[in-house]
Amino acid sequence: MAGERVVVVGAGPAGVRAAEVLAGPRLNVILVDENPAPGGRIYQQPPPGFSRGYRQIYGFEAGKAERLHATARALAQRIDYRPSTLAWNVYEKVLYVTSGGVHDRIPFDALVLAPGATDLVLPFPGWTKPGVYTLGGAQVALKHQGCAVGRRTVFIGTGPLLYLVAYQYLAAGAEVAGVLDTSEPELARAQTLGLLSGATTFAKGLFYYWRLKAAKVPMLGGVRPLDVVGEAGVEALRCRDAAGQEFQVAADAVAMGFGLRSECQLADLAQCAFHYDQPLRQWLPTVDEDGQSTTPGVYLAGDGRRIVGAGAAEVGGVLAAYAVLIDFGYPVSLGTHRFWRAHAQNQNTFRRALEAAFPPPVDLAAEADDGTIVCRCEAAAAGEIRAAARQLGASEINRAKALCRVGMGRCQGRYCAVAVQEVLAAALGLSPEAIGRLRGQAPVKPVPVAEAADA
Amino acid sequence: MSGQFVRLGEGERAAVRFSVDGRSLSALVGDTVMVAMLLAGRKLRTFEFGGEPRAGFCLMGACQDCWVWLADGRQLRACTAYVEEGMALLTAPPAGRWPANAS
Repeated sequence: MAGERVVVVGAGPAGVRAAEVLAGPRLNVILVDENPAPGGRIYQQPPPGFSRGYRQIYGFEAGKAERLHATARALAQRIDYRPSTLAWNVYEKVLYVTSGGVHDRIPFDALVLAPGATDLVLPFPGWTKPGVYTLGGAQVALKHQGCAVGRRTVFIGTGPLLYLVAYQYLAAGAEVAGVLDTSEPELARAQTLGLLSGATTFAKGLFYYWRLKAAKVPMLGGVRPLDVVGEAGVEALRCRDAAGQEFQVAADAVAMGFGLRSECQLADLAQCAFHYDQPLRQWLPTVDEDGQSTTPGVYLAGDGRRIVGAGAAEVGGVLAAYAVLIDFGYPVSLGTHRFWRAHAQNQNTFRRALEAAFPPPVDLAAEADDGTIVCRCEAAAAGEIRAAARQLGASEINRAKALCRVGMGRCQGRYCAVAVQEVLAAALGLSPEAIGRLRGQAPVKPVPVAEAADA
Repeated sequence: MSGQFVRLGEGERAAVRFSVDGRSLSALVGDTVMVAMLLAGRKLRTFEFGGEPRAGFCLMGACQDCWVWLADGRQLRACTAYVEEGMALLTAPPAGRWPANAS
């Protein structure tokens, strides 16, 4: 068979590298991306007319960003590249997309999903107030628009992104009111050896940390957020420190994020099997070493497969493309294949150390007050979820959704599913895994009904 | 009223005129609807199930908490749509439109 059609979803590091390997005379490659320009979130480009250079926007990652953009630009001449296009359903080897109000269905022989990730969000009182944003969102405001989300922003959460975004704000001239890490510093110290396996990335992290310290930004570990002070907007963030003392940081914006979570809805709709990942506290599609899922013809790469970071995402894209080529019966150099597999293996040690150093503080959800909103789309509070579990017998997450609308809103549980699992598990004395997985539904994002009806 | 967002640079772009709830405002070509609105105010929309203000959350088209209305009844996701000359934006559904806000 020749001329097989391969559809790649997502033009970030994983999707672009997958498409690059697949592009050629043998295959019909279509690259679908929701963004108007390639790069994903990590290497997101400003719109035309902005003037900052690569170094200013991407810092240490300027070279990687420039190379990926150049590859994507060259690819656009050789493959069917479709920017500003939302992939919203997969059904029986057909991908459903919509772009600029025009609907299309794309039958495929192979599908490479590289949809990336979002922040992992856990609730605390006031997190739905105007002026509270995700860490990723705060970063997009800066990279894509040259704006800060507030005059004085306090950063709360955990993981490398916490320090990176705070540093980027500082470097861009924004005021950073504080960097509050929910993880204890001892956790990172215990992982020193593992973290050193990713020496360059680790060194960059230390650089951001020391630059923030040198600028006298208040930085604390082992913090728990208590609530956001202010009605029409943010006035302060109230917290408890590791010693149990309450304190508050005056700010007009909060940037929060407790790690990252993979975008998995399309893999779910493609009927891929999932498993529960204990350190990441989330359900992930089950894949082999190269990213082949349990659904024949469906492959996963990058952060949408498991949180790996941008460098490993590029490698994952290459490996997923090799798997596609091999399954179609095309030759792949065994030496090159082995080289990239070994590369991916090495990065796993570093990722595991990062996960152990910056665990998501799931107690925020498990021990949330009954009145704390968990699902921001439907304003479902922790108490309603507990009532559904205890009084109505909802011991499974999809049942809880039916009973109290949690996870039923427009974001499809992207920002509450992890928290709901923890609330239910704690209320019932079960493991989060036993609560089950919130199922994805098409369309994975809102699509005008008139467009969907034409499908 | 000061805005939620602050522009840190990138100010050398052509101006775009638009309005929010009838108030005339100015932004720059390439600003998202969200940035255009939040440089001038602290709210994007009224939450359907409670009436409190919302001002977006993820800025990457994932949370869907920044959908705003145009005067003609169409809806825009403010973080991924770009502001255009003459846009008449609303923080609540146009009068008479169903479903109206629960509040």
